[in-house]
Amino acid sequence: MTHKQAIIVGGGPAGLAAALRLKEKGVNDILILEREKLLGGILRQCIHDGFGLTRFGESLSGPEYAQRFIDRVLDAGIECITDCTVLDITPDKVVTAASREHGLMQLQADVVLLTMGCRERTRGALATPGTRPAGVYTAGVAQNYINLQNIMVGREVVILGSGDIGLIMARRMTLEGAHVKGVYEVQPYPSGLPRNIEQCLNDYHIPLHLSHTVVDIRGRERLTSVVVAQCDERFRPIPGTEEEIPCDTLILSVGLIPENELSLAAGVELDARTRGAFVDEHCQTMVPGIFAAGNVLHVHDLVDFVSLEAEALADSAAEYLLQGSLPACPLEVKAGNNVGHVIPQRISGTRDFTLSLRVRQPLVNVSVVVRQNGREVLRKKMRKALPAEMIQLPVKAAKLTDDADMEVCVE
Amino acid sequence: MKRTFTCIVCPNGCEIEAEYEGTEVLTVTGNLCPKGRTYVTQELVDPRRTIATSVRVTGGTLPLVSVRLTNAIPKDRIFDVMREINGRTLTAPTHIGDIVIKNILGLDSDVIVTKNIQKV
Repeated sequence: MTHKQAIIVGGGPAGLAAALRLKEKGVNDILILEREKLLGGILRQCIHDGFGLTRFGESLSGPEYAQRFIDRVLDAGIECITDCTVLDITPDKVVTAASREHGLMQLQADVVLLTMGCRERTRGALATPGTRPAGVYTAGVAQNYINLQNIMVGREVVILGSGDIGLIMARRMTLEGAHVKGVYEVQPYPSGLPRNIEQCLNDYHIPLHLSHTVVDIRGRERLTSVVVAQCDERFRPIPGTEEEIPCDTLILSVGLIPENELSLAAGVELDARTRGAFVDEHCQTMVPGIFAAGNVLHVHDLVDFVSLEAEALADSAAEYLLQGSLPACPLEVKAGNNVGHVIPQRISGTRDFTLSLRVRQPLVNVSVVVRQNGREVLRKKMRKALPAEMIQLPVKAAKLTDDADMEVCVE
Repeated sequence: MKRTFTCIVCPNGCEIEAEYEGTEVLTVTGNLCPKGRTYVTQELVDPRRTIATSVRVTGGTLPLVSVRLTNAIPKDRIFDVMREINGRTLTAPTHIGDIVIKNILGLDSDVIVTKNIQKV
């Protein structure tokens, strides 16, 4: 069986950044396996700008951001197989993959890096009633058609969900001559970033209807209308508030789910809250030598932070390769009051790490408080905390003890 | 006069409370950095945006190449700029940074390619 030091599953922003950092750390025997024909992942279709502000101090489009990493990966001579589907990963790190060019491959790796990204929630997950006409797309699929394939998806558009990709597509379709009639969000607050509400909706006078959802989809061959209704605080449609909106296109932007089928095959345990792996401060899953970072671990708002997380992963993976293991992480990190989830879920208590979390609902004038055994380790004041914005905090080892679990609250 | 702005300069998206007289900004609160004040001032005098779109490519591995503006343009000229860009076709290969239209409509902004597309 062919042997590789490191196999990276997915050549998007996380996989590319991890590969480069591994190489810098002296790991030479690296293989990236990518499902699409080209490297770059979802960035290939994210043609809007705003990427790289943190990383490069300039506002780039998605393809430009990706190309900076791709160029360096190719220059570094890192081996990549594209148009290649990974079929299986075992707990002892045997990777099975198939490609037209290479046929069926079985490879033994010392470390496997899971960087598969995420996928979109679909109509099926929402169980929206109605007929099944053409014209219902997830936002990312519409983005792929419009930005990569030159296929316009429709003219009279309703958007369900206020995720960032839906907002970006509202603007994109407006620029391409479509009429976006409105964005309907079931929650009482938007799920996308405030700047996208401003520059994608407000700039183009596209109304955002909070506490509303689609309750019926109508049309035989092509979508002809949707019925929207106001919702109560438990997201139940309020009878009598229904309104029929004629349209030929419904775009769904209702959430992203880490893509973890392969992780499960590898015996990796998932967190029901993030839907990504349980990881320790080394981005290592509960299976030694299998690591995860980027959107496959937890869905990020900004690619800059995906790259950073993947580099931290690579630092740990390189250490694992060199030392044969990593310091044990017996301490649990718990999501307390107002906290939706935390990453990592386990720490050693002896090293610096970056804590990522999201709040459950919008809050103002709060503090993120990190405690061990009731003792305050860290406190950060925030004027506002939104579920749409991931919070990341550096935690210093000097402040930690190695004998108590950690709790993270927002109060 | 008072107005609340959502700053779009970076992903922080600061909510900025601004007091102003005409186009003169008196006070701003809520911005995490000085760019917030500059943004509010610009919004009052001459709101500007960048746009990203695509241009048809012939003979390439993809039918479209993505493009963007190098500088922000007045918000009310966005659709004029879109019309101008939509009239163009490129021939593969394309390279990031290639200029598609120099100084579009005299607005002091170039349209540049943001994706490498190989020849078939």
